Amino acid sequence: MSGDAHHDHAHAEHHDHSKFYIKVWAALFVLFLISVFGTLTPWFFVTIIVGFGIALVKAYLVVRYFMHVDIEKPVVHYALIAGLALMVLFFAAVSPDVLNHEGSRWVNVAARAEMERREAAHAAGEGGHHEAAPAAGHEAPAAEAGH
Amino acid sequence: MAFRPIATTRSATGMPTGRLAIWWLIVSEIVIFGGVLASYIMHRIGHPEWAYQAEHTNLVAGSVNTIVLLTSSLLAVLAHNAAEMGDGKKAAKLFVGTILGGLVFLVIKSFEWGNEIAHGYTITSSGFWAFYYTAAGIHGTHVLVGMIVMGFVAYDAWHGRELQRIEFAGIYWHFVDVVWIFLFPLLYIAS
Repeated sequence: MSGDAHHDHAHAEHHDHSKFYIKVWAALFVLFLISVFGTLTPWFFVTIIVGFGIALVKAYLVVRYFMHVDIEKPVVHYALIAGLALMVLFFAAVSPDVLNHEGSRWVNVAARAEMERREAAHAAGEGGHHEAAPAAGHEAPAAEAGH
Repeated sequence: MAFRPIATTRSATGMPTGRLAIWWLIVSEIVIFGGVLASYIMHRIGHPEWAYQAEHTNLVAGSVNTIVLLTSSLLAVLAHNAAEMGDGKKAAKLFVGTILGGLVFLVIKSFEWGNEIAHGYTITSSGFWAFYYTAAGIHGTHVLVGMIVMGFVAYDAWHGRELQRIEFAGIYWHFVDVVWIFLFPLLYIAS
């Protein structure tokens, strides 16, 4: 009941914030344009920084001003942080085996074979592009070898 | 007075139970999408050759869909604003606009996928395309589910009932928007 009472109270005091939300949307739109034009630069590093840096800013604006996470109870913040922490833990635990294709006592033969096959195809001018649907017998072994 | 389950009227945390539930749902979604995105990122870094395949994603379709989702999120928060002011009919109309945004997103996505599949880029073509279709497919499913839920919520809001659900469904929709904000550079820009 306290939740309903809280909401009733909010209704009584609420003001129209439409113009503010439209300004946030305009900011999101401008950031989106910058991220797209960032892809036109010849430097891959700039593209990545612009693309992901702006994605973080856009996500912040949506979470802060559209989802109103800043006015939520601490329990919501704790839950969100726990979810994000689990994602980071997952990445930290698994990524060494994925980012590296060999260690002191192991080699990921399939991953290397996939890389070499794709590099060779690209060097040959195919670029991984299929003008027509590939025959199943042609593609399946490569997919298995890679993953 | 209509019967209401005790779970909808009791609050152990000091916040409406429905809003707590939607945040709990979002935390579970973070684990789902976080797992997919983290897997994609580590594989993308470990396989530089994926860049050759990422070049074939449709940047124009992805860009238009980004604008569509951002705009639908604006309509959702404006619906929340209207609901807070007690205007259920306006909130319902704005939610219908949000639903139409989701529909446009899915139509564009279907044309995009159709074109890619016609060119031979299927979910079994390579690791990159497997992630592409899995991540975008899970996201698209969430868009569809959100549209259906918002349809029911908008119907109730039109009749002046359960206006707080406008906020709950809106929070979910904004989260779907946030996921796309990260999928866009991962799938369309990082090539």
